[in-house]
Amino acid sequence: MDVKDIIKKENFVYGKSKVLTDNPMHYCPGCTHGVVHKVLAEVIEELDIQDKTIGVSPVGCAVLAYNYLDIDWHEAAHGRAPALASAINRLYPDKFVFTYQGDGDLASIGAAEIMHACNRGEKQLTIFINNAIYGMTGGQMAPTTLEGMKTATSPYGRNVALHGYPLQITELIAQLPGTCYVTRQSAHTPGAVRKLKQAMLKAVKNTLERKGTSFIEVVATCNSGWKQSPVDSNKWMVENMFPKYPLGDMKDI
Amino acid sequence: MAKSRGAIEVDVEKCKGCALCKEACPTKVIDLAKEVNGKGYNYAYMANPEACIGCTSCALVCPDSVIAVYKVTL
Ligand code: SF4
Ligand code: SF4
Repeated sequence: MDVKDIIKKENFVYGKSKVLTDNPMHYCPGCTHGVVHKVLAEVIEELDIQDKTIGVSPVGCAVLAYNYLDIDWHEAAHGRAPALASAINRLYPDKFVFTYQGDGDLASIGAAEIMHACNRGEKQLTIFINNAIYGMTGGQMAPTTLEGMKTATSPYGRNVALHGYPLQITELIAQLPGTCYVTRQSAHTPGAVRKLKQAMLKAVKNTLERKGTSFIEVVATCNSGWKQSPVDSNKWMVENMFPKYPLGDMKDI
Repeated sequence: MAKSRGAIEVDVEKCKGCALCKEACPTKVIDLAKEVNGKGYNYAYMANPEACIGCTSCALVCPDSVIAVYKVTL
């Protein structure tokens, strides 16, 4: 059978979500952000909530996320996305409100905002991309940088005596009574992408039902910052990130 | 068991040549072209089209959502 006989409208099984715009993403080749954007777009499309979704984008590589998902967006000051989202979800209780934040934004400058928003049980979802580095500004050490991991600002590796320990902020968030669903996922294999989508569906539904705060950490790569190819970055992530940041649900009530 | 044949269509100009699709494909259909696209990336293509089973693995992991998958049951 010829390829052109297979590539026909009636045989189409999977492709780009309609919620994604046609803008080419500025992310580096192989960056996990694109996969997470896609999964979120598919869930928004499937639940038919494109016109009632409001995203709050962070400071960091995903600052331009509003170019890629065709929904309403708000841009927050560094780390302040959960506070802004709190205001939005209270003013518009019938909307689906989420924040999309990296580890520099969420676990460092925004550590207070995320803790208090989760503790208040704000009716919103946070998608937290943890690649253990500040990607946009050139690969500096982040709160989540692994022990011994070399970055632009820890050229001899993270030294816990000097820099403190990698922050497992998702474990802390799972302790807060305001959260209803806290999970850690990844997006490096087809199976992981399918699981992430299930988690995303659950979290979005929880938020629409105003059950409490849902929180999804995605253990991700920054192949430019890690100075490896995208394929090698995924392998490095499995070997080095997963032991410290194990995948799975921490809370689901 | 019914056999299936698949095929993929890559939006060549938007592909960034990251090779994650090549790595994810269980039947080794995909390779990166020797030629580059307008952005200078060696884009993904079906080097071995007969082997495609239309499983969608490549498209699921593609960060730039540039793969469309088609499938027929034989
Ligand atoms: S995963 Fe997508 S962007 Fe990367 S090489 Fe394959 S088609 Fe191109
Ligand atoms: S659909 Fe499956 S078999 Fe076909 S190229 Fe993609 S990963 Fe390979």
